[in-house]
Amino acid sequence: MAKISNKFSGKIVCLDKANVDTDQIIPKQFLKSIKKTGLGPFLFDSWRYEDEGYLGKDSSKRTLKDDFVLNNKAFSEANVLVAKENFGCGSSREHAVWALKDFGITTIIAASFGDIFFNNCFKNGILAIQISKKNLDIIFSNQSEIKPIEILVDLVNQKIFDEKLFEENFEIESYRKKCLIEGLDEIGYSLKYEKEISKYEQKLRKERSWVIND
Amino acid sequence: MAKRTLYDKIWDDHYVTTRDDGSDLMYVDRHLVHEVTSPQAFEGLRQNNLKPRRVSSILATPDHNVPTTSRDINLDGIKDPISKLQVITLDENCNEFGITQFKLDDSRQGIVHVIGPEQGLTLPGMTIVCGDSHTSTHGAFGSLAMGIGTSEVEHVLATQCLVTKKQKNMLININGVIEDGVTAKDITMFIIGKIGTAGGTGHVIEYGGEVIRALSMEGRMTLCNMAIEAGARAGMVAPDEKTFAYVKDRPLAPKGELFDDAVEYWKSLPSDEGAKFDEIFNFKSEDILPQVTWGTSPEMVGSIEDTIPHSSDKNIISALNYMGLKPGTMIKDIELDQIFIGSCTNSRIEDLRVASEILKNNKISKRIKRAIVVPGSGLVKKQAEAEGLDEIFIEAGFEWRDAGCSMCLGMNPDQLNELERCASTSNRNFEGRQGYKGRTHLVSPAMAALASLEGRFSDIRDL
Ligand code: SF4
Repeated sequence: MAKISNKFSGKIVCLDKANVDTDQIIPKQFLKSIKKTGLGPFLFDSWRYEDEGYLGKDSSKRTLKDDFVLNNKAFSEANVLVAKENFGCGSSREHAVWALKDFGITTIIAASFGDIFFNNCFKNGILAIQISKKNLDIIFSNQSEIKPIEILVDLVNQKIFDEKLFEENFEIESYRKKCLIEGLDEIGYSLKYEKEISKYEQKLRKERSWVIND
Repeated sequence: MAKRTLYDKIWDDHYVTTRDDGSDLMYVDRHLVHEVTSPQAFEGLRQNNLKPRRVSSILATPDHNVPTTSRDINLDGIKDPISKLQVITLDENCNEFGITQFKLDDSRQGIVHVIGPEQGLTLPGMTIVCGDSHTSTHGAFGSLAMGIGTSEVEHVLATQCLVTKKQKNMLININGVIEDGVTAKDITMFIIGKIGTAGGTGHVIEYGGEVIRALSMEGRMTLCNMAIEAGARAGMVAPDEKTFAYVKDRPLAPKGELFDDAVEYWKSLPSDEGAKFDEIFNFKSEDILPQVTWGTSPEMVGSIEDTIPHSSDKNIISALNYMGLKPGTMIKDIELDQIFIGSCTNSRIEDLRVASEILKNNKISKRIKRAIVVPGSGLVKKQAEAEGLDEIFIEAGFEWRDAGCSMCLGMNPDQLNELERCASTSNRNFEGRQGYKGRTHLVSPAMAALASLEGRFSDIRDL
């Protein structure tokens, strides 16, 4: 997994919606891909374009909807997506995270997240941060097309802040932090515990032999 | 010993070790695989020179992309070359690693969450994962069943473990008796309406009380299927005699003495009297009426007696705009274009029996442009045909299809046209879910069948 730096800055774009489900982040027709890359142009496909997209369509020639925030030129450099409650609920499709990553999003801030989506973010080196309603409201009400908010993330100290509006300490599971900072290969890491897994399986074969049927 | 919940017990029995970063490894007993969320995981294994650790724990089947017509020509029936490639990729991966697969031309093929229980792969007390959020369905057997992402699929393939942390315990209790015509689907939708789509976040839900105990295994599967729509990591129902009777003699279930040993263990699983739940909800059975969603999130739901709410909430305004509905409209006045009976929520034999009972000697309304019924598996289809249900559906004007996810998400050609309105027995009414700009109302199979006759929603209790 790609490492992320301990400290970084980012430009914010705010998506003013609650319960954004992964069907919206990447619609079903793009799940047919057998690759992880190339999904960025189809991120939020039906909110972003006037027409319906499909895998392989040249998105550069499609008509953009002018009322969708990601189409606003002021936010063209945004790499931090801010949303409301329950972002990424619904389908487990990791394609949603692959699309966000391919689009250039590195951090997602929301009031809360769908569980599976939240997990998927960290597996792909995207930092997902849950922040307080109060600071979320501050971010939303200060979002400006003239000068998009720039935030700083200090991952080691679990702090997110901007120059003058707000500052918040966020929670992150220690293993997730370690994975992000060290860019760990999760599977390689777990395989270091092969002995423990084998020992468990031996016990399982004895105690609940119907579980292992080979 | 401390009093433990069903979830606590399964967790304890599957705990392998704690990694030095503080996360836990949980052992995975069964792994279901389908074509959509697995290709990148198998690719990852190959890149790292790894193999699945315990092939016998895996069962694969294509379900999302598969056509529900022209199955006699097997793969040639898949018109979309990209869909076809995904199904072929699953074939190749299963062949390469020696994984059992119910292929497209196998009569046992079907939706993963229907075939797991049908084959006896799903057993009480097990940990079951699948790269699919509705894995929660299998919790109906008193197993811990969780949907996972593709990276996690790869991790489970390689290590037979899931990196996880323990969730909180939630209990949802419903006592009393529900009215005739009110089903497990209405119960699960009612709960989501009450606690919201994020209500269960961070929790595993155990459903209990007289109403739940009275549900059939099919009903319990419907109930747990939508635990994910309440935001929970998993939903579960304690195993009981009904559970044991259901799994007995299924192809992959233990036999003879081994079965007896298993039952003895399964009987130790229900939550201890007085076990601690972090959160408890008590609902009254008499409050649960037939449910219909009117918005674009499963929590935007009401009963058949309701009207579309007036609200200044931006999310609701935008949902009603998408759905083409006005506040104050009665649910009973909503007219429909299509009917879909199917999906891992409601495509089992019991669902088809209930729907066909209503359709018997009746014809669907002229308003309805298309009504389709898609059995959850090839075996469900066969059983229904043996009972003559197919004829009832066909005579009423339904199309009788082959097994798959079909119009639950329309990755295959079964889709709504723009602005068409559908009464659907599936689980998600998200924008575009059943087709670009399509409009979905989630209901029970009974309510869908009745709606097909009337061309609009009506109250199943009036029948
Ligand atoms: S039937 Fe629908 S919800 Fe169930 S697995 Fe298929 S696509 Fe997912």
